[in-house]
Amino acid sequence: MELSNAKKVREFILNNAVIILMLAAVAVVGCLRDNFFSAYNAKNLISNTAARFIVALGVSGCLITKGTDLSAGRMVGLAACLSATFMQRFDYSSKVYPSMPELPIVGVFIGVVLICMVFGLANGLVVSLLNVPPFIATLGMQTVVYGICLVYTGAQPIGGLRADYTNISSGSLFGITWIPYLGIIAIILGAIMWFVYNKTPHGKHMYAIGGNENAAEVSGINTTKTKVIIYVTAAALYGIAGFLYGAKSGGASVNLGQGYELEAIAGCTIGGVSTNGGVGRISGILVGVLVFELLKIAMQFMGLETSYTYIVQGIVIIFAVALDIRKYVAKK
Amino acid sequence: MSEYILQMQGVSKSFPGVKALDNVSLNLRPGTVHALMGENGAGKSTLMKCLFGVYSMDEGQIIYNGQPVKIDNPFEALQLGIAMVHQELQPIPERPICENIYCGRYPKKKFLGLIPMVDHKVMYANCKALLESLGMDYDPNAKLGTLSVSQMQLMEIAKAVSANAKIVIMDEPTSSLTQNEVDQLFTIINKLKEQGCAIIYISHKMEEILQISDEVTIMRDGKYVGTWPANELTTDLIITRMVGRELTNLYPEKHNVPGEVILEAKDYTSIHPRSFKNAGFTLRKGEILGVSGLVGAQRTEFMEGIFGLRNTVSGTLVYQGHELKIRRPKDAINSGVALLTEDRRATGIFGVLSVADNVAVASLSQYLKANIMLDQKKIDQLVEDNIQKLSIKTPSGKTLIKSLSGGNQQKVIISRWLANDPDVFIMDEPTRGIDVGAKYEIYCIIEQLAREGKSIIMISSEMPELIGMADRIMVMCDGRVTGFVEKEDMNQETIMELATRFAS
Repeated sequence: MELSNAKKVREFILNNAVIILMLAAVAVVGCLRDNFFSAYNAKNLISNTAARFIVALGVSGCLITKGTDLSAGRMVGLAACLSATFMQRFDYSSKVYPSMPELPIVGVFIGVVLICMVFGLANGLVVSLLNVPPFIATLGMQTVVYGICLVYTGAQPIGGLRADYTNISSGSLFGITWIPYLGIIAIILGAIMWFVYNKTPHGKHMYAIGGNENAAEVSGINTTKTKVIIYVTAAALYGIAGFLYGAKSGGASVNLGQGYELEAIAGCTIGGVSTNGGVGRISGILVGVLVFELLKIAMQFMGLETSYTYIVQGIVIIFAVALDIRKYVAKK
Repeated sequence: MSEYILQMQGVSKSFPGVKALDNVSLNLRPGTVHALMGENGAGKSTLMKCLFGVYSMDEGQIIYNGQPVKIDNPFEALQLGIAMVHQELQPIPERPICENIYCGRYPKKKFLGLIPMVDHKVMYANCKALLESLGMDYDPNAKLGTLSVSQMQLMEIAKAVSANAKIVIMDEPTSSLTQNEVDQLFTIINKLKEQGCAIIYISHKMEEILQISDEVTIMRDGKYVGTWPANELTTDLIITRMVGRELTNLYPEKHNVPGEVILEAKDYTSIHPRSFKNAGFTLRKGEILGVSGLVGAQRTEFMEGIFGLRNTVSGTLVYQGHELKIRRPKDAINSGVALLTEDRRATGIFGVLSVADNVAVASLSQYLKANIMLDQKKIDQLVEDNIQKLSIKTPSGKTLIKSLSGGNQQKVIISRWLANDPDVFIMDEPTRGIDVGAKYEIYCIIEQLAREGKSIIMISSEMPELIGMADRIMVMCDGRVTGFVEKEDMNQETIMELATRFAS
């Protein structure tokens, strides 16, 4: 028996309710505030989306394998602080390392990403070898990384960053406002991850583990290795994001990155990555993050205080997961 | 008051894409055992879930004790006196037996005449009396988890009895019981009958049905076929009515010719003291080696030990003269061994993935371009070939595997393993949960593989199936190999004797 059209429409609306509601809200704001659709705002949106998309890309692998990574935000923060301390202007008066010469940007970038990957490796090993539930393992890591960041920076904000560093995040291709470098970097990373997820055995193994870990094991998939790679890749992406956030903010402090993991998880879930495992597409993640950012900007435009936006964000996240789970629980 | 305690009339129920029930009726007399039969997917479980309030019916009505009733959830069903023993157990292993039995309806008392609390004393006493009346000798305070799976199944039945049920639904209650326990179950059923309780009994085991039931209702493809007194039915008649056509051959003709010995498993012992010990066998090229044994004989565990899924303290596997080192499934796969696992849903299919992904998942490394990228064309070709070769009924390779029938899912998993071109194919209950027609197709595939020179190890709990398919049968009991039965000596008595050698 075929589903009736009315039923199909109803299913479509319910399955995409969060996206539809959020877009509706954005449309309303767009009509009420005439400067909403501007090149500057577009750039703002693209930059914000780009940075958060990179974090969401990292978390998505963990979610697809039925895991999660709550250390994402703090790792972004640590990466930003590390980058900032090595990227201060030579003539800046309160440098963290006063006698340090100007280092090559690429070198610092690689170093920061590698450091994050070490934490990702720890996450992966704890999750796959010690079988600690990812929620707990990465919650612990979140605190560890935050602690390390506090010790490293002495809780002091780091400023005086080099222009060639901050330009990575503030600059645009050919000077066109709405094509910021950040957006291009994010799209390249998205393309790479799309390739990994869809075209490599590793990607297929990831979906298989999320779909049925026991069956994956029987099929000869090295689940330990696959999961470790996923958590290390995730950490590398947080490292990249942190490096870019440092440049974007023009400075860094221990508070940078707080709560980003939840935003990333929200973006993924809104975009159709199932917390039930085995399901999720890169394009969906992009849409999820984009819509979530749109909503946040719309709330700003309506003059809503940041404190209130947290409440809305939290509700959206819970709502999104509830709708996602709805698709997979047995229907009566 | 009518002669029936329960009448279900004109019940229809649809799920997205399927009409699971189409105008089905069921009439149940008090004090009788009413068997409900049909192939997998015929709608038996769906009908029972409608009765028990798990599903809501699209059409139809339920008349209980002469009154039309509406049952919206299992709680209401229980209130009415309808209890269900589930096919899949829902135990809370870390809690005591008595709490499991009285879960959700604990005897209560008032603390200080005010605050309601659970009356453990009464619960313990009631539970003890209940178990004794059913001839079960367990301590109500023992953790449920200390019982075996089959004992837990009997506990589920005790739970239904304790609810003072007027109707007890038993959905494949004997699937994990030994013969002794089945006898115990039948004693319980007879007791229930004497108390005027009606029992709806779902099972695939014909002998059991004919032995225990008074009436038989047969369903096919979600439709009602008919109801007959059990004493007018025979196994053949039931099968014919279930399948809707004459089944002339249950098993294909065998043309495979076992050759020289290619594999020898020696002295396999598990790290667990109650699992397999000193088990071993030889396997010939092109041979179908059956493995028989009762539940708990550790057949599955032994095979999974060989495949590297379970830890062993000893055991050597010699393949064509050289010893294989198998520590994990990957090693076994690389050595040309495949394992079709017993529980398709738990360790076989990837439900959220497509048929194509399910086929290719164990052989991806063969389809690489430039060492990192998958060659999608080759994979699509592999999938298409297998859909043709094993005649898998699926709209396309992109269809999600969970929407296929059990038989087709099984074929998909067989294709997964064939993609690695194994020499030794271990199949653990390859036809479990598959309907009669698809079973025959699976048998043909097995015979075909053996004819092509592949060696098959086939574990099965259905003895007729083993006798029909195997060239030789290895029998296990209590973790040990108790003997091998050659083709000419195969009969149920010989196998049963070996399978119960150490049974207490």
